[in-house]
Amino acid sequence: MSTYARPLEVLIDELGRLPGIGPKSAQRIAFHLLNVDRVDVSRLSEALIDVKDKVSFCERCFNVAEGPLCEICNDPSRDHDVICVVEEPKDIAALERTGAFRGRYHVLMGAINPLEGIGPEQLKVKELATRIASEDIEEIIICTNPNLEGETTAAYIARMLKSFDMIKVTRLASGLPVGGDLDYADELTLGRALEGRSAL
Amino acid sequence: MALYRDQGVVLRTHKLGEADRIITLFTAQHGKIRAVAKGVRRTRSKFGSRLEPMSWVNGQFYEGRNLDIVTQVETAHRFDHLRIDSDRLHRAAVMLEAVEFTTSDGGVDRSIFNLLTGALKELDRTGNHSVLPAFVAKLLTLEGIQPLVDECVVCGATEELQAINLHQGGVLCREHRSGQIITPEVRTALGLVFSGEVRRMIDETPPAVADATEFLAVQLLEQHLERRLKSATVFGM
Repeated sequence: MSTYARPLEVLIDELGRLPGIGPKSAQRIAFHLLNVDRVDVSRLSEALIDVKDKVSFCERCFNVAEGPLCEICNDPSRDHDVICVVEEPKDIAALERTGAFRGRYHVLMGAINPLEGIGPEQLKVKELATRIASEDIEEIIICTNPNLEGETTAAYIARMLKSFDMIKVTRLASGLPVGGDLDYADELTLGRALEGRSAL
Repeated sequence: MALYRDQGVVLRTHKLGEADRIITLFTAQHGKIRAVAKGVRRTRSKFGSRLEPMSWVNGQFYEGRNLDIVTQVETAHRFDHLRIDSDRLHRAAVMLEAVEFTTSDGGVDRSIFNLLTGALKELDRTGNHSVLPAFVAKLLTLEGIQPLVDECVVCGATEELQAINLHQGGVLCREHRSGQIITPEVRTALGLVFSGEVRRMIDETPPAVADATEFLAVQLLEQHLERRLKSATVFGM
């Protein structure tokens, strides 16, 4: 015999499938939804359906988009000669918050991770090469995460782009975070900060 | 519940929650452990870069009920070349995956720890293609698998040894052949490792033979584990 009514059990099971939500959290959210007004639940369910129906990936850069192309690719004021290569669409949001980049993006949809069986074929690397061949690009900024997977991906892309002589390939700098203490920095980060030091 | 210190190699990491990671380490004194490293995905993390896969670290851990908690980490040895050379990185990834699947949680095995750290050091320093097959063959030996490579396991013939079959216990002659094909050069290379001459195998095996030995050694390991190694698949082995 189940503890809760069948529909509630189904809801808890479905919520429990979501990333980062365990059985206890799923139960808490389910009871919250049971207690709120019907109109709030309808709004949530419509939002869930809408996001599946209306949002897809940009045909050019693989950012999330409402139409065939995303807002950034559709924006004529963006620089067309610089592409920033990122791992996930959410990385675009982080870079956009800086307000320092006016070019366009290319989302790889992941990073090379041999331990998880993810190689370049599973990523949007071929599509990047196609874009470079067909668009007038002057610089590629590789903005993958500064971890093992991100570094491997960056090295792979840099090697792949060697055949495009006219394109400048750059990597996002790495170093110390603003507001951090020097004695807490790990040796790899501090070493890179020293390598990338700039004149005052 | 207690604090303990140990050295270990990071085998794998998994994202956990907002900014944490679960780190799987193969340690010298506690075997394979899994510990939560809190906040390592934040840019201000105190030990973010030290807990990447294939890092060899000295750490302090807090014993938890299910998962331990990483409280301090220092780098024990840096593998600078593994991070920047994709060939070395792929071979190192196969080693990590092999150790992860041949060991069980908490199963202490100092020989495997020494084998892994030694092989990673050698691979980082030289990038020699013989390191991975030597590592795999030695790992199989430590697992209790030592196929006969000098004579046919069925009839004892020493000529025309053409195949190797792990389930039958070694190489097979032309008449009894089954399993994987093995060339005389690969048989010699494997024989050196199985007879304890690992250094000689690494130094003297030509790159082409090393690549063929690597391919076969990984196949034998996968047969033993009864599963494909993901990193080997990506690497095209």
